[in-house]
Amino acid sequence: MTNAMREPLAGYNFAYLDEQMKRSIRRAILKAVAVPGYQVPFGSREMPLPYGWGTGGIQVTASIIGAEDVLKVIDQGADDTTNAVSIRQFFARTTGVATTERTAEATIIQTRHRIPERPLGPGQIIVYQVPIPEPLRWVEARETETRKMHALQEYGVMHVKLYEDIARFGCINTSYNYPVLVNGRYLMAPSPIPKFDNPKMDRNPALQLFGAGREKRIYAVPPFTSVKSLDFEDYPFDVQHWDHCCALCGAADSYLDEVVTDDRGGRMFVCSDTDYCGERRTAGHVGAGTPVALAAEAAE
Amino acid sequence: MDAPPPLLQIEGLTRTYGRRIGCKDVSFSLWPGEILGVVGESGSGKSTLLNCLSAKLEPTAGRVLYTDRHGRAIDVWAASEPERRMLMRTDWGIVHQNPRDGLRMGVSAGANIGERLMAVGERHYGGIRREAETWMRRVEMDLDRIDDAPFTFSGGMQQRLQIARNLVSKPRLVFMDEPTGGLDVSVQARLLDLLRGLVTDLGLSAVIVTHDLAVTRLLAHRMIVMRRGEVVEAGLTDQVLDDPQHPYTQLLVSSILHP
Ligand SMILES: [Zn+2]
Repeated sequence: MTNAMREPLAGYNFAYLDEQMKRSIRRAILKAVAVPGYQVPFGSREMPLPYGWGTGGIQVTASIIGAEDVLKVIDQGADDTTNAVSIRQFFARTTGVATTERTAEATIIQTRHRIPERPLGPGQIIVYQVPIPEPLRWVEARETETRKMHALQEYGVMHVKLYEDIARFGCINTSYNYPVLVNGRYLMAPSPIPKFDNPKMDRNPALQLFGAGREKRIYAVPPFTSVKSLDFEDYPFDVQHWDHCCALCGAADSYLDEVVTDDRGGRMFVCSDTDYCGERRTAGHVGAGTPVALAAEAAE
Repeated sequence: MDAPPPLLQIEGLTRTYGRRIGCKDVSFSLWPGEILGVVGESGSGKSTLLNCLSAKLEPTAGRVLYTDRHGRAIDVWAASEPERRMLMRTDWGIVHQNPRDGLRMGVSAGANIGERLMAVGERHYGGIRREAETWMRRVEMDLDRIDDAPFTFSGGMQQRLQIARNLVSKPRLVFMDEPTGGLDVSVQARLLDLLRGLVTDLGLSAVIVTHDLAVTRLLAHRMIVMRRGEVVEAGLTDQVLDDPQHPYTQLLVSSILHP
């Protein structure tokens, strides 16, 4: 699974960015680590990938990656999507570092939309690609004002949003990019991960870094930092649940994607984290296997 | 026994815009439970004054002293910005002439009313909703509209919602800028009745800026008359309106001027 180190591409600096740029990004990262959840501006560079492809995350990864690192890149939990493959190849070419699909083997995991199911350990770094870093943006368009709101911890409006969810849907319907309070101080957008992953951020032994390229912001959650999802006393935070286990590996504790299996309405639920699912199957776990609709037909 | 200190004490308040005068050397005190009307034509400086009082526009000179719940006098413009912003969303309320400035038009009536409670840490949805219902009833709004957004409401209902949104946190001082401006006469009259009932029941203190002498007559205990940025007359409302001393006030009262 792990691809060994290679010679980096000639003509580029290691990890594409020049050393001065990497140093300035690392300074922003250090600041971000020192003030958990606080958005630090940085001089985002044009990258050879379009915005929306995770240029913020890529710059963060580029500035921290070393020759000894082992990189994993996931998109929606999978290592083999176009986005994940492009980013992985970009770093393989420009650094020559080893890449892997194994969460356990990676020292740096760059991600879009998921946190791996396998618990991260000390020494690992997870880099999130962030489209909109400002959780207060929905209510306040002015940057000067949102900065003031953060400075003064004027976060009541975030509960207005949750209130609206309950008033309209009877429950907090926000299911991804669910707002969190970091270290009891800063309100933070966890990036568009499902709220299922929010509890994993809390007191995680890994370093969590967030990069927003277009908006030129970096923020961080240092290891073992408290990350609390906002809620109401009578509507406590809750994660998604499924009536099914993973059809392939039988996992009952993972985030499931619904997959259409044929054109007759056959579908099944499988782990969105492909590495986790594969690892479990290798270890001998099996799921029901049969697509849900077909299984229902067979039972009749 | 000592009399309670004034809630608001204005000393020599001046605001200029370059060489132009917004308001000049305005001084007065507002006592607990008192409603003060500030009357004048447009351009008289009454809006500038209100903005300086309500911590939205920094005065060029002078002081605004506010006595908080603990009897502590706060020099509003010498205080830190966090302190000022805290006052604005707890002790004070502001009812704007244009509901758009005072409401979140995109979120429900219930959330508009509940926002101040959430801002000070209320975290029980059921409790917030009950308070929102209580205040909708108090401002005589239809409870069925609690989940509707303000942009679906009439102008009069939007003003009621603004009032509820402010009063829910039990402010000690409310600033109102032409609260009945732009409304139909019959709607105005009903809103004025409602306001009169609320300020009496709650023992509110308020500064109401208006060009409408009828609003002042109905709501204000005392009034000041402004012209070209300066106070030309001040006194008990009935005295000023029934026996105006300054020629400008006489013109206003005799309805020769239509402010
Ligand atoms: Zn699985």
